[in-house]
Amino acid sequence: MMSNFKTTFDLNQIDSQGGRVESVDQQSDQAAINALEVRNLNFFYGSFQGLKDINLDIEQGKVTAFIGPSGCGKSTLLRTLNRMYDLYPGQRAEGEINFYGQNILEPGQDLNLLRSRIGMVFQKPTPFPMSIYENIAFGVRLYEKLSRSEMDERVEWALNKAALWNESKDKLNQSGLSLSGGQQQRLCIARGVAVKPSVMLLDEPTSALDPISTGKIEELINELKHEYTIAIVTHNMQQAARVSDYTAYMYLGSLVEFGKTDEIFIKPKRKETEDYITGRFG
Amino acid sequence: MDAEQYGEEARAKNMSNISNIDQVIFAKRKRANKIGLTLSMGAMLLGMVFLLWILGVLLFKGFSAIDLNLFTQSTPAPGSEGGGLANAIVGSLLLVGSCTLISTPIGVLAGLYLSEYGDRSKVAAVTRFVTDIMLSAPSIVIGLFVYAFVVAQVRHFSGWAGTIALALIAVPVIVRTTENMLRLVPGSLREAAYALGTPKWKVAFMITLRAAQSGVMTGILLALARVSGETAPLLFTALNNQFFSTNMNAPMANLPVVIFQFAMSPYDNWVDLAWGGALLITFAVLGLNILARVVFREKVQG
Repeated sequence: MMSNFKTTFDLNQIDSQGGRVESVDQQSDQAAINALEVRNLNFFYGSFQGLKDINLDIEQGKVTAFIGPSGCGKSTLLRTLNRMYDLYPGQRAEGEINFYGQNILEPGQDLNLLRSRIGMVFQKPTPFPMSIYENIAFGVRLYEKLSRSEMDERVEWALNKAALWNESKDKLNQSGLSLSGGQQQRLCIARGVAVKPSVMLLDEPTSALDPISTGKIEELINELKHEYTIAIVTHNMQQAARVSDYTAYMYLGSLVEFGKTDEIFIKPKRKETEDYITGRFG
Repeated sequence: MDAEQYGEEARAKNMSNISNIDQVIFAKRKRANKIGLTLSMGAMLLGMVFLLWILGVLLFKGFSAIDLNLFTQSTPAPGSEGGGLANAIVGSLLLVGSCTLISTPIGVLAGLYLSEYGDRSKVAAVTRFVTDIMLSAPSIVIGLFVYAFVVAQVRHFSGWAGTIALALIAVPVIVRTTENMLRLVPGSLREAAYALGTPKWKVAFMITLRAAQSGVMTGILLALARVSGETAPLLFTALNNQFFSTNMNAPMANLPVVIFQFAMSPYDNWVDLAWGGALLITFAVLGLNILARVVFREKVQG
């Protein structure tokens, strides 16, 4: 579809100082560009169908939120976007997911490379059993060869992005596990940001955190969306309303309604969406 | 209306139950508790008595045998006075040391395969089954196997044959503990590593194995504790050597076999040396166990 747009699999496109910023700016006054386009997506856990005929676009440089009751398939949808489900035998997806025009569901994809372009942060903080510095350097080293000083810069840059630099700059050599829960989650975001993906998938990133850490991470999402495309799954509807530009309401594996967050929350088109949002259901 | 009434009734009933504790049931439970507690305390005491008895005799007889000569002189010839265990101590260290060098990489890699790669495959299922058999195989059978396939082939006893026999005992222990420890690593940590685009082998070696590091170390230490006291597999592999020798290609002295031979000998100084050696082994195994616990505790604290 976007034949003129360079595929983001091309790592050379990203310079060492976050060159993706420019490309976003260039396109901001043009028509919206979709980072991901989901077409007729069906997903199966063995014989159970987890997702039913999903169609939606995730716009570049925006935050798209997925809401819905537990088990509605929002996390499942997120996990198809970087093919995380591939780790488990018996799970399969049918349909198309176009990542800047390239169907990532086609066989023969380099999944490691794909996942380095579409990062993910999970519900529970998962710092690696190594120092704070190494936690961030680990992912960077996978695909880039940086000198010691370049790596130092990158680590500082990523920790700054995740609003963790001030709290951690004096203990970069301490274990990532020594941080508090909220700090650990920001470390995980910093780790994801450090490899400079083009899309970040956040799977209930604040559900294990206290309100203050949650607030920090929401601020962070607002910061990050200028440079990254973000998809977030959340159980917290206020959070979806606060941070997202687009909202998708899902129920029983189907996409019920998808649109601008303002419209979904103020004037939903479907009765089911309204019931869920106003708390009459779910 | 009905539901409301029922709710009130149930609540009233509950309240009366709370205030009127049934003394008969309470007394019965107290009695049952006492009987259970007495039985388990008795069982614990019985076990402790024998354990302390063994340790007491060992300490009493062993300490009187321990002096500097024990560590500097080699085992005495029949009928001669004094002597020590220097050759047996060094021999044991060499045997257990080379057993560690051989069995650690094999055991850890096999455990990594079972947990990260094989998982539900046929090969893994068979490996697990064989490992479990090996875990409970009598050590004398393993000694006999090595005798038939190594000693009988090269036509002489050797330190290497003893090392192989010990490694055959240690490997299954390490494989199983490594696998179990790796399985304790939460899947979310692996997913987090994959989400960065990490290739599978790097996830296995640099994330999962690292997260389970201290558990794996504990397994290795426990395997060492297990093999350092083994006598049967060394009897017809490393045999024994009356003289000081570090030649792994020749028969080699070692503590368990020396204890076995000396304890049954008619010479008083030999019997004393056997007690001294037994105390050394006990403390070495105790030390390894304590070390394993310390290493493991560090992991739990993160």
